[in-house]
Amino acid sequence: MPRDFTPKVITANHLLEGDVVYLTADDRWTRYHAEAELITDEAHAQIRLLDAQRQADTIVGAYLADAQDGPKGPEPTHFREVFRTRGPSNYAHGKQVEL
Amino acid sequence: MYRYSDFDRDFLTERNRQFRAQVERRIDGSLTEDEFKPLRLMNGLYLQLHAYMLRVAIPYGTLNSAQMRQLAYLAETWDKGYGHFTTRQNIQYNWPRLRDVPDMLDALAEVGLHAIQTSGNTIRNVTADHFAGAAADEVADPRPVAELLRQWSTDHPEFQFMPRKFKIAITGAPNDRAVTAAHDIGLRIVERDGEIGYQVLVGGGLGRTPMIGKVLAAFIPADDLLPYLEATVAVWNVIGRRDNKYKARIKILVHEFGLENLRHEVEKEFALRKPLYAGGKDVALLEEIKTHFAAPDFETAPTDAFDVAYQADPVFRSWADTNLSEHRAEGYTIVTISLKKQGDTPGDATAEQMRVMADLAERYGHDELRISHEQNVILPHVHKRHLPQIHADLRAAGLATANIGLISDIIACPGMDYCALATARSIPVAQEIATRFEELKLEHEVGPLKIKISGCINACGHHHVGHIGILGLDRAGVENYQITLGGDGTEDAVIGTRTGPGFAYDEIVGAIETIVRTYLDMRDSAEETFLQAYRRVGIAPFKAALYPETKTRAA
Ligand code: HEM
Ligand code: SF4
Repeated sequence: MPRDFTPKVITANHLLEGDVVYLTADDRWTRYHAEAELITDEAHAQIRLLDAQRQADTIVGAYLADAQDGPKGPEPTHFREVFRTRGPSNYAHGKQVEL
Repeated sequence: MYRYSDFDRDFLTERNRQFRAQVERRIDGSLTEDEFKPLRLMNGLYLQLHAYMLRVAIPYGTLNSAQMRQLAYLAETWDKGYGHFTTRQNIQYNWPRLRDVPDMLDALAEVGLHAIQTSGNTIRNVTADHFAGAAADEVADPRPVAELLRQWSTDHPEFQFMPRKFKIAITGAPNDRAVTAAHDIGLRIVERDGEIGYQVLVGGGLGRTPMIGKVLAAFIPADDLLPYLEATVAVWNVIGRRDNKYKARIKILVHEFGLENLRHEVEKEFALRKPLYAGGKDVALLEEIKTHFAAPDFETAPTDAFDVAYQADPVFRSWADTNLSEHRAEGYTIVTISLKKQGDTPGDATAEQMRVMADLAERYGHDELRISHEQNVILPHVHKRHLPQIHADLRAAGLATANIGLISDIIACPGMDYCALATARSIPVAQEIATRFEELKLEHEVGPLKIKISGCINACGHHHVGHIGILGLDRAGVENYQITLGGDGTEDAVIGTRTGPGFAYDEIVGAIETIVRTYLDMRDSAEETFLQAYRRVGIAPFKAALYPETKTRAA
């Protein structure tokens, strides 16, 4: 039996800055995970991923990442994605200070 | 030191011009990422978790002060004011923006540096002992041979589409500081009856299937080196596996085909190739290259200033005891500058620190610096009378940590703080271990102990050859750290043995402390090192201490 589809967001790195971005429901790329579109349907996820991958002049390496609904919007579930919302742990660099 | 020829310089200029145009075409949309990615990787530009990363090559880990200052300039101008020195003897910038990279490459070319990665399934950059040309125990400087191999292998038509990449390391000293046993081919310069030759190891490597190299030939005379290496690579190129990229390295051939069989094939091939080298051009070229690596003019002077400071100043003495190594010239020493201040990121240096090190090299070190695979910086040629001043300057710059070879001199790969391939973090684990033992004031009592940490199975942090190795994994969505004990990257190379189940992020520092306390409790004397004690008693007492509940259950 196929596994149940778990909710996802679409994430990538920005072409020029290289930093982490997320696709919103209204087709913008945001730096805030909470603004991402939370996708709960598998077929829709595949369509949105294709939409994202077509935007090669803005982003690099779009993929689907697990997420869940939270009080302020979608939240990452895996620690790798949590780190991507913040930046490295050895310096106050990246999103944890820039956003 | 080795100087790039005009040919190399023109090549760099042309290459940078091309890459600038490629970046522009990527930005204006005429190149897709699929088209651009191989181009940027060839030019040392990676995409990591939070940003791009530019990896700059430092051939043989050798730099002069102007080059080090330029590295500082890049850090300040286009990065966040620091750079990360790696186990591959290169420097990585973690925060460049795509548009700035062509300018960074041009700035590097001004001092003869570049970020070109020999990529693909070719013979990669040859690595050498970071004390080359300076160490007292050296038979001969390995760098001329490394450079000869670079010229021989670059664009070698036969070796452009091999089963997999191929890495060679060389040491000129019996104390192996170049981890030669963990390379596809490891070369050790040896002397037999007054003649210089090479011991050839084959089939070492870390990563997914760690293996220690085996002796393919005990002594290859200098004149036979290139045809012998060519024969070895050629045999593997023909019969090495191409069906599975995880089985393609020469270590798998040694394992599956057998060392004896391989040696036999190599000898047959060597007999065919040796006549092609009859003119001796390679030997003449090696002699030519050697002149570029000539030693500086060592001075003769009294060392009183050193002796006085050594007696009078305990802080200086402690640093001198751990951070100096024996030099081959009278009155000289090798200074290792620690980039491992407890609590800091292993291998990181700020632009300001880079300039301090460049100034010291220029003023007191015959203008030479080295980067070690252990992520420290070395002044290879220092007259001892300058040491008190050097120590004072280093101290003012936060660079006088006296811990070389000790528990806080940890190798750690970037792990999940930067690397897109990582399965767990490694930097904060290193920071916390170093801080813990600093607080316990145990570091000097524990003595020589190498901890090495990788954030995934690729083993960039060399964890397999750490006395204590730590491998970070993702176990069901949480960070988990496996420990290996008894690894060794020297001439007695050994792959470490796993202790058992891994430890969670918040347990790993405690587990390391348990291991170290177990060692302190059972060592014969303060002279018995961790590795010696481990070899005497084996893994059992450490397991018992790490997993007490399993023991009770079995009992
Ligand atoms: C952050 C970007 C990095 C990436 C994407 C990366 C990727 C890899 C990969 C894929 C391998 C395995 C290659 C193979 O066995 O076929 C590897 C091996 C290796 N890397 Fe890295 N690495 C990175 C950073 C580093 C750093 C910072 C160091 C030095 C501290 C390093 C040192 C090494 C070494 C020594 C090996 C060879 C291990 C062996 O003997 O097989 N890497 N790397
Ligand atoms: S060992 Fe893994 S995590 Fe560490 S730098 Fe290499 S590829 Fe990245």
